Amino acid sequence: MTDALTQADIDREIAAAHAAYGKRVADGAPVEHHPRRDYRPYRSSVLRHPRQPLVAIDVSQDPELVELSSPAFGERDVTGTDNDLTRQHAGEPVGERVTVSGRLLDRDGRPVRGQLVEIWQANSAGRYAHRREQHDAPLDPHFTGVGRTLTDADGHYRFTTIRPGPYPWRNHVNAWRPAHIHFSVFGSAFTQRLVTQMYFPNDPLFAYDPILQSVTDDAARQRLVATYDHDLSVPEFSLGYHWDIVLDGPRATWTEEGR
Amino acid sequence: MTRIDTGAPESVLPTPSHTVGPFYGYALPFPGGEDIAPLGHPDTVTVHGYVYDGAGRPVPDALLEVWGADPEGRVPTADGSMRRDPASGGFLGRNGVEFTGFGRIRTDADGHWYVRTLRPGARGRGAPYLSLCVFARGLLTHLFTRVHFPDDASLLASDPLLSRLDADRRDTLVAGDEGAGTYRFDIRLQGEGETVFLEFP
Repeated sequence: MTDALTQADIDREIAAAHAAYGKRVADGAPVEHHPRRDYRPYRSSVLRHPRQPLVAIDVSQDPELVELSSPAFGERDVTGTDNDLTRQHAGEPVGERVTVSGRLLDRDGRPVRGQLVEIWQANSAGRYAHRREQHDAPLDPHFTGVGRTLTDADGHYRFTTIRPGPYPWRNHVNAWRPAHIHFSVFGSAFTQRLVTQMYFPNDPLFAYDPILQSVTDDAARQRLVATYDHDLSVPEFSLGYHWDIVLDGPRATWTEEGR
Repeated sequence: MTRIDTGAPESVLPTPSHTVGPFYGYALPFPGGEDIAPLGHPDTVTVHGYVYDGAGRPVPDALLEVWGADPEGRVPTADGSMRRDPASGGFLGRNGVEFTGFGRIRTDADGHWYVRTLRPGARGRGAPYLSLCVFARGLLTHLFTRVHFPDDASLLASDPLLSRLDADRRDTLVAGDEGAGTYRFDIRLQGEGETVFLEFP
């Protein structure tokens, strides 16, 4: 099925989904901050999205729900080198060093403290250190591409890493993913759990990528793109990128400090 | 745009979700992620099953997270689900004694998964359950569901969520008893027997 599928086919589907969203909002529907699970231009989603509507849980009816608390993480879950992906091997990885930093916040703008932030990414040639990865680009013996850290008292996180390369994938003919870093974060409630991807500014591949375009709201999609921050650049060492992350979640959890 | 101004409430909008993709396997899972129960604890239960897609095929690249209360219904507050070794920088593993309540499991090549944890106690108004979060390649936003245990029919009958579902849909949230503390819980992402997935607006 995917053999004959061209970028032009995907472009048409992306444009149609975008237009349909624009019409929904113009007709009074709410802004959609997250992608729909049934986003056909991303072909892997076709058989993996529920067709039944999700069942809503009114959290205000039961503040004891286990989903309104979150797993605990602490210093035992990280080590000193976990947030510097350039120092996890004996030698220096190849590529452009970058510093990525920002804050983890809830929908009220409050910092989410002491929670785990995990990242993973391809190396500078666009290849993952994953055995089933088939992209014919060099592996870097000095780069695995895995990091984790805890947010501090102000919700800040910080990583030193290598800017990942773009890479091809098999969604359609000539499909290329823009450079991105995968993020996995927890909030103060399990319902705030978020797995997402951070992109680098001004990437020419943005318009062609059905995964990024699955976020059909323009402003929401922009929130996935980091900003270059000269103050975060480290002299003689790395370029800095700033990326804040805001966790979604039921309104009822936001008023419960310390859950 | 990506620097959030916390002084302007309208700017505090959520970061969109994105798929976990296919290549998290060397990053997110950790050794022993499926063994949450302290060693030898008498309240240990094993829950296992398969994840299926809309064509009924097993999903070999799903990632599940489990979060649950302890047998007294208390939410765990211990950290150390994925302890690290400060000396080597490597993975150290759980300490075998503390119950952290959190597990992370990837499906195997057959789409099969299992978790060994403590049987959760009831909290609030509902029947006890494990909260389950499902990630997969192709799934743009993760899905939440719950694993209920079949042992106490009266608790299940009065559960606020289960009691408002049709019988066939309700049954997707109740594990099957296989004896010896082992329960079967399959997850169907789409189609016939589709699992009930939850949202928390």
